[in-house]
Amino acid sequence: MSTQSPELRVKKIKDGTVIDHIKPGYALAVLKILGVSKDSVTKDFDKIVTVAINVPSSRMGKKDVVKVEGRALAASELNRISLITPDATINFIQDYAVKRKVTVSLPKSIEGTVRCINPNCITNAREPIVASFKVASRNPLRLRCNYCGRFVEEKEILDQF
Amino acid sequence: MLGSGFLILTEKDQAGSPVRDADPAASANLFMLITFTIDGAGMEFVGRDVIDLKDFTRDEVECILKVSEEFEPIASGKERSRLLEGYVLCNLFFEPSTRTRLSFSSAMMRLGGSVTGFASSATSSAKKGETLSDTIRVVESYCDVIVLRSNKEGAARLAADMSSKPVINAGDGARQHPTQTLLDLYTMKKEFGKIDGLNIALVGDLKYGRTVHSLSYALTMFPVELSLVSPPQLRMPPEEISDLEEHGLKVKETWDISDVIKTCDVLYVTRIQKERFPDPTEYERVRGAYSITAAMLEGAKKEMIVMHPLPRVDEIAPDVDPTSHARYFQQAFSGIVVRMAVLSLVLGKRRG
Repeated sequence: MSTQSPELRVKKIKDGTVIDHIKPGYALAVLKILGVSKDSVTKDFDKIVTVAINVPSSRMGKKDVVKVEGRALAASELNRISLITPDATINFIQDYAVKRKVTVSLPKSIEGTVRCINPNCITNAREPIVASFKVASRNPLRLRCNYCGRFVEEKEILDQF
Repeated sequence: MLGSGFLILTEKDQAGSPVRDADPAASANLFMLITFTIDGAGMEFVGRDVIDLKDFTRDEVECILKVSEEFEPIASGKERSRLLEGYVLCNLFFEPSTRTRLSFSSAMMRLGGSVTGFASSATSSAKKGETLSDTIRVVESYCDVIVLRSNKEGAARLAADMSSKPVINAGDGARQHPTQTLLDLYTMKKEFGKIDGLNIALVGDLKYGRTVHSLSYALTMFPVELSLVSPPQLRMPPEEISDLEEHGLKVKETWDISDVIKTCDVLYVTRIQKERFPDPTEYERVRGAYSITAAMLEGAKKEMIVMHPLPRVDEIAPDVDPTSHARYFQQAFSGIVVRMAVLSLVLGKRRG
């Protein structure tokens, strides 16, 4: 591991979550998914969040890393992260040690995480169904609605989070 | 839905037993139905939803076209049939339609079946705020097959998920209209004896027109040459073109209709709607350029046919009607035969 390793740049965290191998430039999107914003930080979130962008990575060339102290991730957050940066590694840290390591992966179909952008889609009507999609392309991310067939692009997905 | 098809159809068959006496061809139906369901091989139409032709193989589409042909004498009133006697079709038309609804009704009634339903959402409980899911769960207990037209895209898929009876999509928003496509294919096949190798030009509103979306996808099943002729504002959406290309169909886009008139076998014209244009001057210009007249067809192949899903406004001049090219009225008749075929197949009264 090179001396530029992000683990040396920022302090180790005691308890919390490290989201590693984020696609470079997507750390801010991950923060958005975690709900870390100006409002949430000043209101009810007082934990330390460390963000590293464009750090060298032997596996990816460049990567982003996000460390959140004192917080685990909900399944819905994992699902969303897997959508926008499907190669990320999630490390659950307890007492400075990696307790569990999870590699997220992009499933072939997505249910409930994303809304269809077509206002005329039946999934946006008052009906007891959740939107579901097939992954049409991984990079760039592109989903296709199982009901109306409309494509939903990465940017439109990020806007929803 | 497929899962419950067998049980329901056995019951239906008993209910409709006088039909078998009236129609000797159908006398072995119950037996065939059982073996067919048990071995599960081959083409399975019984209890099937018809939402999108993407769910069907080329063989299945050709099978529907072949069965359609057999219904010609009944559709034209030369012969009478009681094939679907005792069966009830429910038309749920949340959006107005003349041809589609009437031709489904006519197809059902010519085969001895009955029709119920509503012709606009104003006369349904959707107006009171009932969800489509609830409407379907109620209505499925009133009938054997549901025909649904909705302005919501994906509505038919939802209805099929909810219903244990087969659901036939009669148009959902700007998306799919499978029986229209089947009748378009039927018209072409009847005219040329085949669809393979035809040079087909789709003209007009390729952005919002659901018939062209549905038809162009179905044409990916056949090796045809497809030209898309539209004003730039009404080009086919990228989703649709990418779908076509993914399936190996070579698509040529052009704005100039004279590019295709000499070379095509089928000129499929659709209506350009005024409300799609923010600038009325632009609409007038486009409308003029995409209106077919008899004079424009002078350089066309002798056997070339002009098709139109109807209603037409002025995209085909009346002077085209008496030419040897006009086929749009025959196309409307094809609507009856393919709907007869679809109804009798999904109700298990005709084997695939």
